Amino acid sequence: MSQPEVKTTPASPRFRFDVLSYGPLLGLILLCIVGAVLNPDFATWGNISNVLTRTSLVGIIAIGATFVIISGGIDLSVGSLLALQSGVMILTLNHLVGSMGASVPTLLLGLLAAVVAGFVVGLLHGLLITRGRIEAFIVTLGTAAIFRAVLTELAQGGTLTFQNSKLADLYSPVYYAAPLGIPIPIVVFLAVALIAGLILNRTPFGRYVQAIGSNEQVARYATIRVDQVKVWVYVFQALCVTIATILYVPRLGSASNSTGLGFELEAIAAVIIGGTSLRGGNGKIFGTVIGAILLTTIGNVLNITSLISEYLNPAVQGVVIIIVAFLQRNRK
Amino acid sequence: MKKALLTAGILTTGLLISGLSFAQNKNAVIGVSIPAADHGWTGGVVYWANRTKTELEKQYPGLKVIVKTAKDANDQANQLQDLLTVNKIDTLVVLPYESGPLTRPIKQLHDKGVFVTVVDRGLTDETAQDAYVAGDNPGMGKVSAEYLGKQLGGKGQIVVLRGIPTVIDNQRVDAFEATLKAKYPNIKILDKKFANWNRDDGFKVMQDFLTRFPRIDAVWAQDDDIAVGVLKAMDQAKRTEVKFVLGGAGMKEFIKKVMDGDKLVTGDVTYAPSMIADAMKLTAKSVVTGSKMAKTTIIPSVLITKQNAKNYYYPDSPF
Repeated sequence: MSQPEVKTTPASPRFRFDVLSYGPLLGLILLCIVGAVLNPDFATWGNISNVLTRTSLVGIIAIGATFVIISGGIDLSVGSLLALQSGVMILTLNHLVGSMGASVPTLLLGLLAAVVAGFVVGLLHGLLITRGRIEAFIVTLGTAAIFRAVLTELAQGGTLTFQNSKLADLYSPVYYAAPLGIPIPIVVFLAVALIAGLILNRTPFGRYVQAIGSNEQVARYATIRVDQVKVWVYVFQALCVTIATILYVPRLGSASNSTGLGFELEAIAAVIIGGTSLRGGNGKIFGTVIGAILLTTIGNVLNITSLISEYLNPAVQGVVIIIVAFLQRNRK
Repeated sequence: MKKALLTAGILTTGLLISGLSFAQNKNAVIGVSIPAADHGWTGGVVYWANRTKTELEKQYPGLKVIVKTAKDANDQANQLQDLLTVNKIDTLVVLPYESGPLTRPIKQLHDKGVFVTVVDRGLTDETAQDAYVAGDNPGMGKVSAEYLGKQLGGKGQIVVLRGIPTVIDNQRVDAFEATLKAKYPNIKILDKKFANWNRDDGFKVMQDFLTRFPRIDAVWAQDDDIAVGVLKAMDQAKRTEVKFVLGGAGMKEFIKKVMDGDKLVTGDVTYAPSMIADAMKLTAKSVVTGSKMAKTTIIPSVLITKQNAKNYYYPDSPF
């Protein structure tokens, strides 16, 4: 990632546990207690690792969204982008496997296709928003519709699936393997969170993103190359979606119109629960991670109990989101 | 001027219809309005509609079939208007996006003399239609329960993965439960949860079921898309006590599995997107030859097993 050349002093290395993180953490702990009381199987490592693995997809996307939202923008296309990239990857792999066989190089080329698609989309978003001077909301609302429609067209309204089971078997450990008992998606999720945390808190780029989000005009006066930074923010978001895609595809080996539906809202909810202001300016990666885990855990707790009418499941999610946001407001 | 033309058009259409209702109408224009391919099943509907269009136009020279796909209820209502005023259709085969919002727009066409066949999703006002062709949702639940009960030898514990909270889903699940209760009272439903007719939710819900219940004898996933996720979750959890997973709707990959003698997918119950083809054929026959069309046609849900699977396998279809 290139950074604008402005002299900076390194951020203070002092570790500070932000009070804002208590809200979601408290919510999560409460929820876990409720879950464990209602069903003893909740606290098994099997269940916990299921929940964390599931979270990793939306979680990684939400980490990218944290940067976008801190910078004062929004990306509504991430769910559709995940669907499109999954489709592009599966099509590429199905195409290559004929000539190259079910091998690691085939797989890598398929991943490369997704990475290239992600990079191009991120760049396109960034340029439309900065050079094109179109609201991020509008740009990504438009591309969301485009991506999903293109995927549906590619799949002819059906589902794109791996045609070669050997290749699917070769790829599936990326989602299912668990070295030392920890599934790979969880490891990737934590790694992305750590790197993103470092970028946000310890690099000039991270500070520029926060400066732009809190006051774009002032940031410009401070000779920050606002447009450039913003473009990289959207590229970073698309890169996060690409990582999520690479973890998503081996799970079911297919992509259809319902792939990634609603991921954008879940990612944004995770970011907001995590204490990042929708108005931009500042935010916490740690909070986003907790927020994402919290959202998945609600669904899990409801699934492993039959406490309420299942029609009301989404309502519980809504209530918890509001409660957590309220806790944060009080802690401020 | 435009209005005059419109009135003239409507009048002519009306005259044509009334004059030809008992005679042949070889030059009929049939409009087919269906939801766009937004998931596997509707993808299948679009495939079958286009395929049948070609078939019918070949079979009845002079007949014109116009297929329109709509992205939502509002879009479909607009298209219905266009079909009448621009395409001058005299016959309509429509699979409404949603029942409520499309009842009035369809009734408007019907009142102007268009022969209307409604497919699958019924209208709230039945006087707006001349014929109704639908899949058998309660039948699907019943056939599934019977197969499941027989395969389990009348006893065991099962889990149920439902679709999206809708009337269709309720009809299926209610019939399923009623049949089990009446015929196989020793089969216990451990729990049922919504998996929204999609693979990801099928995977998640099944993972949680597997965490919660130490022994599951069989799964009724109701839909093949959900069943894809269910099978993956079982595979991941290495749970081998589950004897089989019954999906539904007849997705080609699942019919192939049944054909090939898969261990876990031993059967499937149809709820075929090709019902649009049946509706189009029945309507075209009625319009062109002047024969009367049945007021209601229910396309039964059929059990697919290894013996008959090849009759239901269409490798070209997207579903």
